[in-house]
Order: sequence, then C-alpha cells, then structure tokens
Amino acid sequence: MNKNLSKHLAPGHSACAGCAFPSIVRTILGEATTPVVISNATGCLEVTSTIYPYTAWNVPYIHSAFENAAATISGVERAYLAMKKKGKIKKKIKFVVFGGDGGTYDIGLQSLSGALERGHDFLYVCYDNGGYMNTGNQRSSATPYGAGTETTPLGKESFGKVETRKSLMEIVAAHRISYAAQANVSNLADLKTKAKKALSVSGPSFLLVFSPCTNNWKFPTSQYVAISKLASETNFWPLYEIENGKYKLNFEPKTLKPVAEFLKTQGRFKHLFSEKNKLVLGQIQKKVNSEFAKIASLCGLL
Amino acid sequence: MTNNKKNKLALTGGYAVAYALRQIEPDVMPIYPITPQTPIIETYAKFVADGEVMTEMIEVESEHSAMSAAIGASAAGARTATATSSQGLAYMHEMLYIASGMRLPILMVVAARALSAPLSIHGDHSDVMGSRDAGWVQIFCENPQEVYDKTIIGMKLAERVGLPVMVIMDGFNTSHSVENLEILDAKLVKKFIGEYLPEHSLLDIENPVTYGPVALQESYFEFKIDQEEAMAKVAEEYLKISREYEKISGRKYGFFEEYRLEDAEKVLVLIGSVAGTAKDAVDELRKKGEKVGLIKIELFRQFPFAKIANALKNAKEIIVMDRAQSIGSHPPLYSEIMVGLRDRSDMKISSIIYGLGGRDVFKKQFENILEGKFDNKYLI
Repeated sequence: MNKNLSKHLAPGHSACAGCAFPSIVRTILGEATTPVVISNATGCLEVTSTIYPYTAWNVPYIHSAFENAAATISGVERAYLAMKKKGKIKKKIKFVVFGGDGGTYDIGLQSLSGALERGHDFLYVCYDNGGYMNTGNQRSSATPYGAGTETTPLGKESFGKVETRKSLMEIVAAHRISYAAQANVSNLADLKTKAKKALSVSGPSFLLVFSPCTNNWKFPTSQYVAISKLASETNFWPLYEIENGKYKLNFEPKTLKPVAEFLKTQGRFKHLFSEKNKLVLGQIQKKVNSEFAKIASLCGLL
Repeated sequence: MTNNKKNKLALTGGYAVAYALRQIEPDVMPIYPITPQTPIIETYAKFVADGEVMTEMIEVESEHSAMSAAIGASAAGARTATATSSQGLAYMHEMLYIASGMRLPILMVVAARALSAPLSIHGDHSDVMGSRDAGWVQIFCENPQEVYDKTIIGMKLAERVGLPVMVIMDGFNTSHSVENLEILDAKLVKKFIGEYLPEHSLLDIENPVTYGPVALQESYFEFKIDQEEAMAKVAEEYLKISREYEKISGRKYGFFEEYRLEDAEKVLVLIGSVAGTAKDAVDELRKKGEKVGLIKIELFRQFPFAKIANALKNAKEIIVMDRAQSIGSHPPLYSEIMVGLRDRSDMKISSIIYGLGGRDVFKKQFENILEGKFDNKYLI
C-alpha cells in the first residue's frame, strides 16, 4: 500500500470491503501538516482498528466511550496547552476526532456542542452512514426519511423511517465556528481541500462526510464510490462549506438526476419502488428539493 | 524537612480541598458545578483568575464530559483532578470504569450527597457507595483537616499505584463546616507530590500509543485481573505515603482510626463526619465505666479486611453504622464487615442505617445505641 496513505491509519484494520471510512480517515489525515492525536467515538471505525493486541493507528489514539469523543479531546487539547505553557512541549499538534452519526448526531451531540462552544483547537469529523451500523443497522437521527432499518422495519403499517434527517450542519453552524463543511467520499479532491482548510483553522472545525455502508444499505462492495457520487449528483448530499459564516456551494451536478437514481441502488430503499409507496418516493424528492433550495439560498444562489 | 511554618486557617471542607489543590497545582481540571461540591471549583477558579496557578480549567457542559475530559487529559500525561457530588457522580458512572480500566491516576474529590428521587441536596453516602465497584481507590475523611491532608495524599497515591483516587467528605457536614486547620508550606507540598512522569502519553508523538482498544474474550479477563492486582497494592502504598506525609505534617493516617478500642467490648464501626459525635458518646459512656469504643474507616477501597478483623479481635459486639443503603441486600459497610468477620460466630454484629438525605444524628442517639436501648434498623 502507498506509504503516504497508510502513514496514520495502517493497512490491516478489519473494516468491511467497500466501507468508506478508511478512505475518509486517510484522505483527511493526509492533509495534516503537523503531528496529530486522534480521539474516536465507539463505533465501526474504533472496533475495526483497535482489536487488542493490535492497532492500526500509527499516531496517538484514544477511544473512551460512545458519546464523549469531543469531551475526551477537550482534555487532551488542554493537557497539551498546559504542557506547552510549562515548556514541556514545543511542537504544534493538531487534534482530530472521528465519530459516526450515532455518536455525533444523537448520543454525542451534547459533548460535541460543549467542545465547539469552548473553542478547543480541534477538527471533528463525522462519517455519516445514516444509522447505528456497528450494532446492526438501527435508525439514528441521521437516517433518511423512508429508509428501512432494524428499528424502523417495513411492515403492513410502515414504510420505514417517518422522520426527516436532523440538520447537523445547521446545529454546528449555530456555534459560529470558523469552518464547517459537508463533503463526500466520492469526491476526494473536494474532501482534501476541505480537510486542509479545516486543519489550518485555529479553534474548532467540523467536517460531515458521506460514508456509505455496504452491509446495511445493502449494495455490492464495489459500488460505494458510485453510490456516493449519485448522492451528490441528485442533490441528496450537496457539497458545501461554511467559512466564517459564509456559505459556499462546492459542487453543482452537470445534469441533476432524480433522487430515485440514488435510492434504487440500495436495499434499504427497495420498498419505496412498490406501487404502495409511490407517495413516499414523491415526498423524498420534495424534501431533497426544499433542503437543497435552503442551502442554495444560504449560498446566495437563489 | 518538616513544616516549620505553622499556618492555621479557618476553612470549610470545600475551601480546604481548593487550598490543597492550589498547592498540588494540577495541569488540568475539568469542572462542572453541583451542590455541595461547587465551593471547591469556584474557589479554584478564583486562584486561576488571579494567576496563582497555571492549571488549565475546562468548564465542561456536564459531569459526564468532566470525567471524559479528565480521562483525555490524564491519558495525555497531565496531572488531572476534578470534583463532584451526587447526581454528578452518578452521571459519570460509565466513565469511572473507563478511567480505572485505562489505569489513569485521576484525583477526584467528592462531597458525598444523597441521590434522587426524591431530590435531596444534603449529605449521605449513597453516591460514593454506588461507585464502590468502579475500580477507584476510595478514601473517606472526617473533617476539613483530613480533607486537606488526604487530597494531597490521594494525588500522590493515584500516581504511585496507577489508579484513580476518590477522596470523600460528607456533603455539608464537612464541605460547608468551618474548622481550624493547618495548611502546610506550599513548597513542602510540591516537594512531597513531586513531578508526575507518566509511563505513556498521547502527546508523545514519537511513541504513539492506542488507549481504549477492543479486548475480545481472550484478553478482556486478563485486563480486569491486572486491575485487581493493582488495587491489591493500594493499602500498602497508602500506608507508606501516609508515613511520608506524617513526617512533614505530624499527622498520622492509617486504614482506619481506632478510638478507645484497647479493651472495648462493644464497638461502633462507621465512616465520615459522624465520627466526631460518636466519639463524644463513647467518652460519655466510658465515664460510666462502659467498655465501648469506635472504628472510623478511612480506606474503603482497597478494603482492609484483615487489619479490621485484627483490631476487633477482643470485641464482643459490633454495631455497623451505614449512611447508605443497598436496597434488597445489606448496607455496604455492614456487608464488608460481615465478610471480614465471617469466622467470628461468637460475635454479635448488627446494622443501623443513619443520616440519609442529611438527617441529623445526635450524641444521645449514639449513647442509646451503645447502651443497648436502641433496637431499629434505621436511626430516625
């Protein structure tokens, strides 16, 4: 494997074939110009990279619990400041958190909010696969409307999740941090640019990265990049950034595709293509349109 | 080197902790307010604001995050302390096991308080007894002097044994009671505590370590045995450090305090601030010629079973006083004493629960207990 790519996260982790987060982690950390220390929420990334006595991490790493990766890094970062004040450390170190959507949108939201508000010098990366995938596909507040999961199963009276995804970007933006961006594993050039910006900020920064799950979204392992690409080409997952309060759209599809093109690639949405759920499918398109319109408007495009 | 400058101050337990922490000067202190602990962090915040200490305070958004940040700071090689009470301790419960499982020498002072529901801000031991199996060293204090001394001893002990340490005082009874106590010379405390040199650190970029891995069926058990072995060394190390501390302070601490125990036939076993009142009752009955005495437990984890059994070898009757329940079983201290004295079928051992939710306890009540005039599970 390319030595530069495996500089931080080594090969030998046990993530599924077709999982997106190894590329996400490597791409982001590849943009670091200083040493990094990692804090990781409980989840797939953690369990597949640190099975004792092995570790895939070539950099200092801490996992303490599910809901507190941001609080944990707060302590690490302040320890660094304390050591720096005393002259025990001279080097510049950057602190990076990785958490899934369960550990960020749901159980870890308070800890994330606290750390953003306190202004620690860290980058928080949420790899968003829209559910609790490590425990076998339960719904989170990031699960899309209409998706079937183990806790929003399909049934005579159910078409899957009935609630709309939470807008984590807006919540993060409300903390008035210098840099936040939504990115996608299918567009590594864009992800690199965003990682570079996020890592160069002094204070908190945030990246929300689209991260398909082959097992629970139910698609062939070879398809994760293609599916991710469709997510942005249908405006299901717009790429944008918020730099010092200023919104900017980073990608516009040449030909906008209907969201059904994205949905039909995954087993979790299969039921939406039955006659019975035609209305739900229509609802999803409406939601995508209105969500995108909001973002476009914030970017000054409407 | 001894303490030449006798510095007497009238302080509450909370202030006494803050003074001890000022002299320890931790690198990092995550803080979150809760009654009756709050005076500790408020006082310390003023020390920081006045530039008297270099500590990085982190004003976190919850106790769960306070312990999480303490874990991060300690894993990064920082000398780390915090404080809490009651719901706060319950809220960090998950993280207590992670701190001890990672073998992080965090110091936490607890102003022990009742647990909700119903809500009570007053003192008892429900919170700290709920944490007794979390792998933390637990040291109890009777009064502000002990709190000051044991905060210093606790910090040194944590770093020596590689386990987190809880120093416990009674909420309000001790945390808010003013007492005249002796503060050591700051330089003496600094020297006693020494520099903290962690074995590993997240900030050691050249030697990266992974904290908090997944341990599967073939390794998890061994980690837990290691923790128990570390705890098994605590009593001995506590005694060593207490002796070192005695040299600079003149104050002697052990696993427990024995009060008029030499020929005592009837003995009270208890913990914390209530000992003062109980000692007065013992004195009263001694005047009447009754052979009564008292043991005040100081080191609760690691629990000194053999030493207590030995101290009670001549006793005929023991009354164990708990300020906490274990609903559905026997109260915590009583259970420990019963295990410690399991070979003593000749001895009468009874249990009384007192002081829940800050209920006052009076000398006369202790006299009645010692005179056999009290026959109730609850001292109400």
